[in-house]
Amino acid sequence: MPSDALLELVCPAGSLPALKAAVDNGADCVYLGFRDNTNARNFSGLNFDAAGAREGIRYARDRGARVFLALNTYPQAADWQQWHGAIDKAAALGVDAVILADPGLMRYAADNYPDLRLHLSVQGSATNHEAINFYHEQFGVCRAVLPRVLSLAQVEQVLRHSRVEIELFGFGSLCVMVEGRCALSSYVTGESPNTCGVCSPAKMVRWQHTARGLESRLNGVLIDRYAADENAGYPTLCKGRFQVNGETYYAIEEPTSLNTLALLPAMLRMGVAAIKIEGRQRSPAYVAQVARVWRVAIDACKRDPAGYAARPDWVRALDRVAEGQQHTLGAYHRPWK
Amino acid sequence: MKLALGPVLYYWPRQRLLDFYEMIAAAPVDIVYLGEVVCSRRHELRLPDWLALAERLAAAGKAVVLSTQALIESESDLKVMRALADQERFTVEANDTGALRLLAGRPFVAGPHLNVYNPPTLAWLAGLGARRWVMPVEMGREALGHLQRQRPAMETEVFAYGRLPLAFSARCFTARHHNLSKDDCRFRCLEADDGLTLHTREGQGFLVLNGTQTQSAAVYNLIAAVDELRDLGVDVLRLSPQSRHTEHVIRLFREALDGRLAPVAAAQALAALMPDVPCDGYWHGGPGLVLAGHGGGR
Repeated sequence: MPSDALLELVCPAGSLPALKAAVDNGADCVYLGFRDNTNARNFSGLNFDAAGAREGIRYARDRGARVFLALNTYPQAADWQQWHGAIDKAAALGVDAVILADPGLMRYAADNYPDLRLHLSVQGSATNHEAINFYHEQFGVCRAVLPRVLSLAQVEQVLRHSRVEIELFGFGSLCVMVEGRCALSSYVTGESPNTCGVCSPAKMVRWQHTARGLESRLNGVLIDRYAADENAGYPTLCKGRFQVNGETYYAIEEPTSLNTLALLPAMLRMGVAAIKIEGRQRSPAYVAQVARVWRVAIDACKRDPAGYAARPDWVRALDRVAEGQQHTLGAYHRPWK
Repeated sequence: MKLALGPVLYYWPRQRLLDFYEMIAAAPVDIVYLGEVVCSRRHELRLPDWLALAERLAAAGKAVVLSTQALIESESDLKVMRALADQERFTVEANDTGALRLLAGRPFVAGPHLNVYNPPTLAWLAGLGARRWVMPVEMGREALGHLQRQRPAMETEVFAYGRLPLAFSARCFTARHHNLSKDDCRFRCLEADDGLTLHTREGQGFLVLNGTQTQSAAVYNLIAAVDELRDLGVDVLRLSPQSRHTEHVIRLFREALDGRLAPVAAAQALAALMPDVPCDGYWHGGPGLVLAGHGGGR
């Protein structure tokens, strides 16, 4: 892979204003979804209809950026043909790639639109080169987004044994579980990323002021309780405080964001094709801020990898918009585990 | 319908595992899944031990299936998976897409962690050689009905009893609880026969930390739905081992399947043997933690 094809900046576009903010601030690619359960960020008020997608594609193309379409939920048994319709729409729109998780849907896309570029979504749960190469052999998948569970050394092993391009998460809310293999949300609410495209859906969230503090509940289950001087976060169920053996703590994960700015030279050296920014549910201002920092950082890294260091003002700018105002290297960094 | 015993999802000491399977050899289950699905650091039994156990159980008349690990991260994980795929004596259950690549072209079982939600994906697996598939735990009876109507020539298995395997992570939550790193976990899972229960701050049993796996605290139980399962053409019910009473759980399911025990009575009898309260919400199309049918609530 030529080095100018490495470390593409892939930014989230939950809306047309967010898409424009991403493109205007240096995204090489944006990813978006239709306004339904065919994508894993199925939040009300977000995403695109066909007309909006057409306008977004035109805006991005005019400025040299590419557009990916995420169809990364699993088609459900009762209405799986709906997902075929979404592939048809994506092909008609002429998107640069579709991001898929379901093998049946990949089969349909590969059979009917052989020129449509297929990316494997993080929801596809491929964590090893045998899996990734199989998707390539079976359906011609040419890029895979890795779940946030591998160390950097393990990522390197994948790259060494596969010709499929690898896209890594760089920044955004940290999913602690292997994406595509987590049913915690449906266990509590009946809806999960795999089935409905949502985790800890907002309509099931309740906030309640009590004598013990502000409580957040998800479908009635107490996720967290905040003292007066604490900032309350969104009650994603794996980031609440619980009791194990009488000890109360963030038993699964603290509310925190992934931030891999410091790892860019290693990712460039290993041949990582693209860096993905999470956050289609976030505002255009967020997308603008994050894209701006990452554009500057990636350019600096490519210009002089040996002299590169994540600048404190970049990190501060990202921490300001990070979940819990703090960040982690996640699984890329072994001690996290 | 046949009864299957799923893989032991916890880390039990070697002798305990051997004693457990000696008991299973005499129990009325038709299929036994063996192997380590959760964590590559669990080594009380290694592949030769599992293969010896498989021979022992096969001699006792069980159909034995060897399960692959669900989350494959390292080259050594791949090596274990290849060794399972390379042996041809026993059928293998694929729990990762990587395992599918190694097993394609010969008969295998498509495990519960493969995300099969629709007929085209099921047809793809059948084309690769899957002879049986295990329904994802979050799927309900209505969705299963749609799949069964378009099912290719293969068997269907449903997770029917046990704490639900809900999620996998790179992080080990048991090590985290003990303030240990995953690489130096000191095998603390050995101390938790049925995992570590995570309670809400109101004391509600909510989840179970089982190393890198997260389970439900409540015990999924579909014994009251055996007639529905049969009517839907389900071939196999999977019972997930727990540290105590597994033999009684198997016998109660056997009696319910054979019509010697009424489902609701069986559910009540089972409730007394569970490590926590029952749930069956997924089957009824709702949140998994709910008890919507006759799970034998206390």
